[in-house]
Amino acid sequence: MTKTSSTSTTTPPPVANGRVRFYQVGSFAVGNRLLPEVHSIQSSRERHNALTSGHRACQGCGEALGARYVLDAAQSAAEDAGERVVTVNATGCLEVFSSPYPESAWRLPWLHSLFGNAPAVATGVAAGLKAKGRDDIRVVAQGGDGGTVDIGFGCLSGMFERGDDVLYVCYDNEAYMNTGVQRSGATPPAARTATTQAVGDSPGNVFGQGKDVPRIAMAHEIPYVATATVADLHDLERKVTYAMSLHGPRYIHVFVPCPLGWGSQSSHTVRIARLAVESGLFPVFEAEYGEVTGASPIRRQVPVEDYLVLQRRYAHLFRPTRDEETIGRIQAIADRNIRRYGLVGRPDAPPVLNDAATGAASTLGARADLNNAPKED
Amino acid sequence: MLREIEGSKAVAATVAACRPDVICAYPISPQTHIVEELSRLVKAGQLRSEYVNVESEFAAQSVAIGASAAGARAYTATASQGLLFMVEAVYNASGLGLPIVMTVANRAIGAPINIWNDQSDTMSQRDCGWLQLFAADNQEAADLHVQAFRIAEELSLPVMVCMDGFVLTHAVERVDVPEQEQVDAFLPPFQPVQTLDPEDPVTIGAMVGPEAFTEVRHLAHRKQQAAVAVVERVGRDFAEAFGRDSGGLLHTYRTQDAETVVVALGSVTGTLKDVIDVLRDDGVAVGLVSLTSFRPFPDAAMARALAGAKRVVSLERAFSLGRGGIVEEDLRRVLWGRGSELVLTTVAAGLGGRDITADSLAEVLRRAHRGELAPLEFLDLDENAIAAHLAALGPRTEGAAS
Repeated sequence: MTKTSSTSTTTPPPVANGRVRFYQVGSFAVGNRLLPEVHSIQSSRERHNALTSGHRACQGCGEALGARYVLDAAQSAAEDAGERVVTVNATGCLEVFSSPYPESAWRLPWLHSLFGNAPAVATGVAAGLKAKGRDDIRVVAQGGDGGTVDIGFGCLSGMFERGDDVLYVCYDNEAYMNTGVQRSGATPPAARTATTQAVGDSPGNVFGQGKDVPRIAMAHEIPYVATATVADLHDLERKVTYAMSLHGPRYIHVFVPCPLGWGSQSSHTVRIARLAVESGLFPVFEAEYGEVTGASPIRRQVPVEDYLVLQRRYAHLFRPTRDEETIGRIQAIADRNIRRYGLVGRPDAPPVLNDAATGAASTLGARADLNNAPKED
Repeated sequence: MLREIEGSKAVAATVAACRPDVICAYPISPQTHIVEELSRLVKAGQLRSEYVNVESEFAAQSVAIGASAAGARAYTATASQGLLFMVEAVYNASGLGLPIVMTVANRAIGAPINIWNDQSDTMSQRDCGWLQLFAADNQEAADLHVQAFRIAEELSLPVMVCMDGFVLTHAVERVDVPEQEQVDAFLPPFQPVQTLDPEDPVTIGAMVGPEAFTEVRHLAHRKQQAAVAVVERVGRDFAEAFGRDSGGLLHTYRTQDAETVVVALGSVTGTLKDVIDVLRDDGVAVGLVSLTSFRPFPDAAMARALAGAKRVVSLERAFSLGRGGIVEEDLRRVLWGRGSELVLTTVAAGLGGRDITADSLAEVLRRAHRGELAPLEFLDLDENAIAAHLAALGPRTEGAAS
């Protein structure tokens, strides 16, 4: 009864400028159920489900969401090419919540060795498979920002430099969440962590530190570097699929909000990831052999404040008094990203993205046009 | 084939004959010649292996871990600081039960930095869960690698082959380098116990909590204990197949009627044999136990070898700071209950590459035979330098002088 009545009273999807607006995400994003030929891999009942339910991740864990999409997409792409996937995992939340002996949430061959050596172990797996003549098995390595940006960074750089045939995926939740939310080399300025506490005159992590690993990866001139978020899973799947079509070292940096560490609502994970993109704080782009080949334009730019206020790790910027200067400096970072990657206002020069589905290069012109659409609200 | 060959090259040629699928190593003295030669063999097409040049020893061991888990026969080599740099992965390899073989060209650990030979590096890894086999000469160094791959793969445990840096690695000796056909007959292809196979996906390296960790460790201990018999058997098989007795748990030399027995590891045993011959000519009843298998420690074989001894000297190329001999501790357990008339002493010798001369050894063994050794002595120690340094430090080192 209730269901019937609510269905009958649901307003139809809003229409602006003659385009269907996809109401769940509040944007003009399309490509879900309405367009069967571009179905998400996850929306298929034939999906692999590399990481099964029942693991011990927190509610709203961005990393669990990201890892499932990455590995399912990698497996689908591999299978389409007559290949299979094995996974190497660094120590961290993902490893801990998925492999508590005697249980395992992994439904593909999975190897965890140490915190800092996942790239090198992946090199070894790739070399071992090559030596055994198994050119039909592909290697995907994964780790958090601690294992990637900090302790495993030497191994990662070595893997890039040697040209090893490994797709490395970093799930960036911007601190050491597994050990209780301490600062990592990926922790953003002003963020409060257990080791950058909001005490005194300049609370939170200091400005000017940290590593931009996607750009460092690009400096290695490896075949493919991309960033993605769990707010646009279709984009993440597409990038993984494209990366799997290439050989050599490939790097995907996935932005994964952490409700526990960031002090955000479990239900806000995807929303926060989207706000990170739409504010310009997390630029979504891809690069080949050191050159940026495409960037996802911001459809509706938001001030960084919209992103910051949802997270307790930034609470000290708003209470007891509003810290205009720090918020301004964070806004400046977002603005710099927007300039650097041309994320807003470049309808005349649409970024070129490689379409994994067709294998052909296609422009994002249509999506770039959306920037010119009048802003709502 | 009998050849005049550098120890490192003999080892490289033997490792090549073992057909490793993946070789990875980071250069460090005195190990370098081994991996240089292997790299050349791969480049020259004489060895079909994946040769991975890594950015650190930590990565070298990690690559070996990945390769071994993928079902490949994996080999690496290191020494000294390099071994310490890879320690986290060293423990991981044994914990995961991966039969990696690693040569360690034994070298001192800094500071002060010192590139010369002693055995502090591998001794520091006594409890890492790897088997440790020590070579007495270059023939053994080569032969032990063939045995090491077979032992490792039979037990699914990693094995270190320890050879004295420079003294063996850079010494040119006559070595009967194992032939390919001989090795192929002795060493079957690697059959991994568990591997990363998409047809049969397994989770390797899971997190194990308190409810199961004790059992995991106990099983690892049992595997080490079982390794004693395997090392002995493979050594015997090797002797039958190759016609030379260079392996097994330990070797004895003139221990039959010896009252004083010296226990030693590595290349110093060659000098000791000469010294023992000289002392025997003088009527001094001394003998030698050359320990090949330091881990697992062969309790029973050692007890048999020392059964008639009244005095045991543990000659060590490393020692535990603040305590004394490392091998001595194991010997003490073996000799436990033998009565107070048995004297066990430690002589630390050849630290940081100092020559161990026959004269010094003869002198110390004569004194041992007369019961004149202190519990821990340092061979050829410059007492004046120590006294001067302690005096300069003043009251802070009160008590250290005694």
